[in-house]
Amino acid sequence: MEHDIKYAVELIGINKTFPGGVQANRDVTLKIREGEVHGLLGENGAGKSTIMNILYGFLSKDSGRIIIRGEEVEPKSPQDAIDRGVGMVHQHFKLIPPLTVTENVILGLEPSSKKPDRNNSLAVITATLLALFVLSFFLPPFEFLITAALLLAAIVLILYPPRVFENLMASTRFRAAFEKLVSDVRPLGFDDAAKKIQQIANENGLAVDPYAKVENLSVGLQQRVEVIKTLYREADILILDEPTSVLTPQEVDELFVTLEAFKKSGKTIILITHKLREPMALCDRISVLRDGVLVGTVKKDETSAEELAQMMVGRPVVFTVEKPPATPGSIILNVENLKVKDHRGLPKVRGVSFQVRAGEILGIAGVEGNGQTELVEALVGLRKPSDGTILVGDIHTTGKSPRFVREAGVSHIPEDRHRRGLILPFTIEENLTLGRHYRPPFISRPGILDLDKFRSVSSKLVNDYSIKGGGGGSLTSTLSGGNQQKLVVARELESGPKLLVAAQPTRGLDVGATEFIHKTLISMRNQGVAILLVSAELDEIRTLADHIIVMFDGRIVGEKRPEETDAQELGLLMAGHLEGEESVEVVN
Amino acid sequence: MKSAMKRFLRRGIVIPVVLLVIIILLLKFTYDAVDDVETFYALTGWLLEATLQSATPLILAALGGMFSEKSGVVNIGLEGMMLIGAFAAVAATYFFYDPWIGLLAAVLAGGILAVVHAIICVKMKGNHIVSGTGIILFAAGFTTLMLEVIWNRKGISEQVTALPNVNMPFLQDIPIIGVAFDNLSPIVYFAFVLVIVSWYVMYRTPFGLRLRAAGEDPSTLDAAGVSVEKYRFIGVVISGLLAGLGGAYLSLGRGLPAFGKQMTAGRGFIALAALIFGNWTPFGVLAAGLFFGFLDTLQHFVGFVPAWQWIQGYSQFLQMIPFVLVVLALAGIRKSVPPKAIAVPYEKEVKA
Ligand SMILES: Nc1ncnc2c1ncn2[C@@H]1O[C@H](COP(=O)(O)OP(=O)(O)OP(=O)(O)O)[C@@H](O)[C@H]1O
Ligand SMILES: [Mg+2]
Repeated sequence: MEHDIKYAVELIGINKTFPGGVQANRDVTLKIREGEVHGLLGENGAGKSTIMNILYGFLSKDSGRIIIRGEEVEPKSPQDAIDRGVGMVHQHFKLIPPLTVTENVILGLEPSSKKPDRNNSLAVITATLLALFVLSFFLPPFEFLITAALLLAAIVLILYPPRVFENLMASTRFRAAFEKLVSDVRPLGFDDAAKKIQQIANENGLAVDPYAKVENLSVGLQQRVEVIKTLYREADILILDEPTSVLTPQEVDELFVTLEAFKKSGKTIILITHKLREPMALCDRISVLRDGVLVGTVKKDETSAEELAQMMVGRPVVFTVEKPPATPGSIILNVENLKVKDHRGLPKVRGVSFQVRAGEILGIAGVEGNGQTELVEALVGLRKPSDGTILVGDIHTTGKSPRFVREAGVSHIPEDRHRRGLILPFTIEENLTLGRHYRPPFISRPGILDLDKFRSVSSKLVNDYSIKGGGGGSLTSTLSGGNQQKLVVARELESGPKLLVAAQPTRGLDVGATEFIHKTLISMRNQGVAILLVSAELDEIRTLADHIIVMFDGRIVGEKRPEETDAQELGLLMAGHLEGEESVEVVN
Repeated sequence: MKSAMKRFLRRGIVIPVVLLVIIILLLKFTYDAVDDVETFYALTGWLLEATLQSATPLILAALGGMFSEKSGVVNIGLEGMMLIGAFAAVAATYFFYDPWIGLLAAVLAGGILAVVHAIICVKMKGNHIVSGTGIILFAAGFTTLMLEVIWNRKGISEQVTALPNVNMPFLQDIPIIGVAFDNLSPIVYFAFVLVIVSWYVMYRTPFGLRLRAAGEDPSTLDAAGVSVEKYRFIGVVISGLLAGLGGAYLSLGRGLPAFGKQMTAGRGFIALAALIFGNWTPFGVLAAGLFFGFLDTLQHFVGFVPAWQWIQGYSQFLQMIPFVLVVLALAGIRKSVPPKAIAVPYEKEVKA
């Protein structure tokens, strides 16, 4: 067609079938232009992550061609893609929690230290001296001198590689071979790397402490680390797989500012998302996948959110849920002056009291990290509160075990499905019945599981919640991210709770599934279930909740009804009154 | 209150302090029991020396285990790798008349056995425990057989040249130290050097970073464009090299320079215990190895002091202590954090 268009990436006729038999990509042809922001949409399990992982060399393709900047590539490992400037932020982060930010960023592309840093030199020198000391005892003097000289030379080589090599290594071939040999064990330039990371962070507005351990960072910060990782590798084709589904509205806005800047500097960006307003705000062109097939690619200016939704799901999607007025019953959850500390012993919830009645939805709004996580964990028995009481119905559940709390009629959709919600190496059936598996009807006789019951119950749930994947017997780890989330939701809603604690219940779900979950939550409330909804998304809170409380710094700073407040006011409250001006734009 | 107590215990400071107190008390009681400075110096010197000697093979093998387990591969085959090392050291010395060649052979033999383990666990994604058990059984059978083939003997081989010990005449006049360091095998010093080198490699080089990543989260390492298999393979092979060296110490470094059937006597497992108790770190391994070596020595030590000879009847009890400590360590008295992806074969297409 148009000859003057330069493509950054061309994927032509990609097919991919997984070992389990799921065909994730069917003859997908996708062309990404140089310098554009390209949106990739599709339902959960449509094959978005799969095709991007194929481009990144992380998964193998069955057939098809990959062309990056005019060069045909057969990526065998991500290294091949990284070498050509492709960087990817994965849907489930590729970070190692016990390592520091610096270690995570440089992994795979470690710089050697230009100047020996103190620790390195000390270690090397101590080791050499010790070795010499030992050798001096059983080598004759002459040989000892020779060995000592050799060892010292080796140390100089290790500590000052460039300077010595420049003079010594005339032949580049020899030099390359030698460097390959020593590259693995040369000292690491942690300090240089940290400085470079700091610089990248400052230039792109991605502030993060290079020496912090990743396990101590919030999800938002972890994502920054992932972005920095791609920048550190000087990627100019960026793939972001659902970067926004784990972020708070503020963080989403910050990310978009960063992405805008990337675009200005000429980078090509591929953005996967489920939130329709995001591609509409940022992207130049948008492609939609459904069941592994490319439905089409459209220009942003020539489409609308409704059309995109229709393309994704294959039917029109209603964005508003019908909500009859609430008919609150008796108090189901009564929290009195609850105080909770986090794993480091810092107070996170500083005395909150509230009630949830049967047949109503209480929404908790707040920027992540203001105590919601700890509050939820305390409510469901995963964390012992340091003070206060929790009553479910008339049962005291304060500080009781998760099973006790469950038996009292509480269900829990955890915010982090991988940490708290699923056992990935278990099958779908097993995960769907987990938590109820020890009671009838799932045991036929005391101590004996009734596997037929597992199968029938879970096949019903897989159907009702349209969990797409390999069927009940396949491993949960093979499900797409959104389908994993559906699985958790299905299990928790089906256990017939009196109280449902739902933390970010629609995280990572496509529009169709979100609509379905919202409807289900409303109908449960109409049937008299008490629901506590924690969500980072104000839209979700405002459409679903009957009451909204806002948490800031471990305290409740406001109580509102959805119809008597607006996003602005809530945003102010979430930011703790003071920095009001800033947070207004932030909350879209 | 209870959690504060627990946190205090977890600091890890408690165990060293308690040990120090026990050792000081022990020395005091020893002094009271013998009541003579010269004998006391000789006894404690011996205690120190024997501790170093018992600890060396444990430290070496545990260091090896660290390289394997940090990369994500369980290596219970250490016992077998030590045994084959001990054997190869004696056999090579026997044929080449040079204990240094024996030492080299031991390291290589351990390495070769480790290559087998690596092929099974890393390349073929086999079960680590089964493969490790196989290695132990193979080493036991093979060395026993070769004992017969080479020397035509059943229990113990012919004597070969020992490694020359390191003498330090200038230390002779210093009490305790003089006795302890007078006549040690060079391998003892190697062990200490290797601890430092291992620390350096593990925490200060790209190799170490990648190795640790392979054991924590292989898919992340893979996504960074680095081959998980390569680093796991190397990690396992290094463990074999070090365990082989530890084995050579058993046969050539102390006592009679000969190979005895099953002469490792479970030290590979104690090394695993030291690895866990040392929390998979080089200096932790050093401390745990020394401590377990000390316990091992203690049972002989009590024989020297007439007032304590009755304890010898309970030496089995002393031998049990390392394992009890490991159970306690794993139960959370001390913070022991194994690599996260340990014993999980990495397969690409099954995403985590
Ligand atoms: N390792 C695997 N083994 C088997 N099947 C898999 C594997 N990975 C993905 N699949 C299947 O391939 C299909 C596409 O998955 P993919 O992760 O690409 O979906 P997605 O479009 O990214 O969805 P989501 O929005 O939920 O993340 C799904 O049906 C999934 O179950
Ligand atoms: Mg996905």
